[in-house]
Formats: sequence, C-alpha cells, structure tokens
Amino acid sequence: MAKTVDQYFAGLQQMRVWRSIFRSGTGSSTLKRAHAIQQNVFLHLFPTKVRTRMLSFSATWYLGTLTLGTFLILVSTGIPLMLYYHPSVPQAYADTKDLQFVVSSGMFLRNLHRWSAHAMVFLVFAHMFKVFYRGAYRAPREFNWVIGVILLLITLLLSYTGYLLPWDQLAYWAITVGSNIASAVPLIGNKIHFLLLGGNAVNANALLRFYVLHCMILPLTAIFFVAIHFWRIRKDGGLYSHGSEPPTLRAQAETPTSPKIGAKRGTPATAKGGN
Amino acid sequence: MADQKDFTAGIDSNAKKSPRRIVFITRRTSAQVKAETEDQIQTFPEVLFRAAVAIMMLATALIWIALIFNAPLEGLADPSHTPNPAKAPWYFLGLQEMLHYFPPLVAGVLVPGLVVTALVIIPYFRVNIEADGLFLRDRQKHVRSFYIVATVLTLFLLSFKVYAALVPTLIMAAIMLVAAQSSPQSSSKLRRYLANRPLSYWVMTWFLFELVVLTAIGTFFRGPGWSWVWPWQGS
Repeated sequence: MAKTVDQYFAGLQQMRVWRSIFRSGTGSSTLKRAHAIQQNVFLHLFPTKVRTRMLSFSATWYLGTLTLGTFLILVSTGIPLMLYYHPSVPQAYADTKDLQFVVSSGMFLRNLHRWSAHAMVFLVFAHMFKVFYRGAYRAPREFNWVIGVILLLITLLLSYTGYLLPWDQLAYWAITVGSNIASAVPLIGNKIHFLLLGGNAVNANALLRFYVLHCMILPLTAIFFVAIHFWRIRKDGGLYSHGSEPPTLRAQAETPTSPKIGAKRGTPATAKGGN
Repeated sequence: MADQKDFTAGIDSNAKKSPRRIVFITRRTSAQVKAETEDQIQTFPEVLFRAAVAIMMLATALIWIALIFNAPLEGLADPSHTPNPAKAPWYFLGLQEMLHYFPPLVAGVLVPGLVVTALVIIPYFRVNIEADGLFLRDRQKHVRSFYIVATVLTLFLLSFKVYAALVPTLIMAAIMLVAAQSSPQSSSKLRRYLANRPLSYWVMTWFLFELVVLTAIGTFFRGPGWSWVWPWQGS
C-alpha cells in the first residue's frame, strides 16, 4: 500500500537528522505543541497559548501581524533590489531606470517594495490607534507601547531614507524639504542637518548615508526592537483582552492608589509558570 | 504603619505530599495566579496558521497592486530646478501643511516633538479607556474647562488663519458638546457611546482627525506655491 504524504513526513520527523535539528520533537499533544513554540529560538518570542477571543478579527484587525508581513515583504524585495543598485550619483538613477526597463521583473520588485513601504507606514499608524482605542497600552504593557512608538519612528525613518534612493526629482526635493526641517531645531539644527546629509545640501554624500541607514542600520535596529516588542507581549501576559488583567492591576488602573500597594509588574506572567 | 503586617503567612504540613512549606505573601509583591480562566488556544498550529493566512492575503493584495500600478519615477535629480510644489512623502505632508502656517521651529520641531512626547507618556498617566466619561463626573467644571480650551484653541488657530485645522477642531468641539448633553441612560445608542468617552479618547480622536485632514489636504489639495487646488484641476 502506498504511503501518504503525511506518513512520509512523519517518517522524516523520526529521522535522527531531523530530530537533531528541531529540539521540539514530534507529536500533537498539547505539550509537544507548546514545545514547538517554546523550543524554537524565533517562535519562543511568542506565547505558547493565546486567548481564543483574541483570534477574532475584530479584536486586533491583525494589524500587528500585517505590519510584520509588510516588513517581511520589504526585506525580501529589498535584498534583490540591492543587487542592482549603486548608491552613487548619477549611477543610482540609471540603476533605477534599469530596474524599470532592463532587469527581469525589476519593475515588479520596485513596485512591490514601494507599495509595501507605504502600506507599512499606514499599518503602523493603524496599529497604534487600534491599540490606543482598545486600551492595550495600560499596565503592565506601558513599556511595550513605548517600544511601539520607537518602532513607529524607525518605520518613518526607513521609509524616508528609502525615498531618496531612486535619485529622481521627486526623491531629491522631498528629502530637501524634509531635511530642511531639521535645521529649525534651536542651536544645533544646522549641525543635525549637516550630520544627516553629510553636507549642506542633498548630494552624493547624503545618498550614501541614506543608503547605509536604509539598508543596514535602520533595518537592524527595527529587528532588534521588533524582537523585544514581540517578547514583551508574551511577558506582559499575552495579547490584551478586555478584563484579562489580574484584579489588582485592574484596581490599580481604575482607582488612584499609592504606587506602593499595587502588584509588582511582571509578577502575573511569572506566577503563571513559564508563560 | 510599622505595626501593620505587610505579609500573610501560611503553612502546609502535609508530610505525605510534600515537605513542610511555609509561604509568605507580601502585599507589595503578591504572587498572582490567574485573574480569570479563559479559553486559550495553542499558538502552534492554530495561531501561526491564521497569521500566515493573514500575511499571505496581504501579500496577494500588494502583489496585485504592484502588477497594476507602477512606482513613480521622475527625471534625474536636478538641484538647480525646483519643482513647484516640492512635496515631502505623504506621511509628512501634515507637517508640511503646518509649516505653511507656522514658523519651522513651531511646526517642524515643537509640534512633532510634543506629539512624540505625548505618545510616549500616554501609558504612564491615568489616561485609560475604562475611566469615566469626560462629562459624567464634575460636569459643570469639565464643561467650563472644555469651553475655555476650545475657545483658546479656536482663537489661536484663527489668529494664524489655520482654517484647515480649525474646521476639524470645531467639528470635534460640536461632537463633544453633544457628548456633554448626553448621559449613559440616553435612549440613543450613539449618545450613550459618546457620554462614556473619557478625556484621552477625545484628545486622541482630535489628533487622529487633524492628522488625517492635514495629510489629505497636503496630498490632494495643494498646488504651486502651496496654493489651494482641487484634485481634478491639472497643475
């Protein structure tokens, strides 16, 4: 009798090599499913269990997940784009033209990268307002909200630095308008402006700086904070759902008490046992 | 205070089950077990599956958009030729619209700085959506404060001729007046909803409203010399 795909897969999972790679083991018991999350370096950022009602679309609109989705699309289109791009003047513009007319699927890659970038900025804002209106920023999730604000700023900077890279009129003047705002900062405005652009006007130095920021510094910073952002969701007791916080925390949030009496933050998650 | 016990103690001395255990639970660091038991679902595979489906649906939509609409690409950057108007990326057009009315120090530094500061400190203040409706407690005092703030803001925006920001402010003020006249016992569902909205809700909604309006104006209604144009008028 012929084996089914599932049986082949089950056989594969029993192999020594497979078991040496994946620590979690196999099986569909609750424990094994928890291990699939907990024993994985990437997935262990997430909790092993999620409140069922948080899965409904109306609870989150999946905005955080979708933001992650745009980020993944941006990384996977951005890297191929880097292969065809030189951050120099005026070669950058010629490379962009080549992407449009010479490189196979270059136009598609650039389109997808650009529209995903706009989508990400929009989704980050939407995510922030959704979290606010649900009240999901309250104790013990305050700091995760702050990380979210940092991620909002990083997203704006990522989009802004990427805007210059095609080196066309649109890019050049948008960055000129935007960077001139930095000059308005009292006392050190011109210094910030100079530091950002590597000169007094948008030029080849600015392009190189924006390229390094866009392809190296900002994405790595974003990944760093995204990891903390996800991990804190788990440590702060999972996705916020109305009325899910421990009674003392709720009391603390609702009535003015002296800060001494409230519960210590982080305690609920730890007491639940390896959440 | 010193006399008051800061902890409770308990002893578990069932020798068959466990060695003798003594537990101290202090009030400050009280261990908390679950607040309420609630239905939970395994992240693997259910939640991951849903996340994957959501991301795939998004990717499909974006791929269609990328196949249909081309990213803009204008002529080679030319520092000697300024386009009119020169616009920032769309998410900064609200700021650019403000720069039209206020000096750069105010519109470009002070306002964004205050917005970011406000966003960061939101969770550290008792701004919370389970709080009372703004006009439910101390109604007289809150209505008076509302009138003062609304009047000052209106006069400020009028004196700088910022009609773009004034109109959303007045609309919000009108809605807040309806809220002030409503109560949680109101027969209309909308009025019940409005009556229960706390201060933080009003401030954030006003900010969101202004953000959307100013960004839309900067994107669609601004032409040469930052003059008002209608979207259907060619530039």
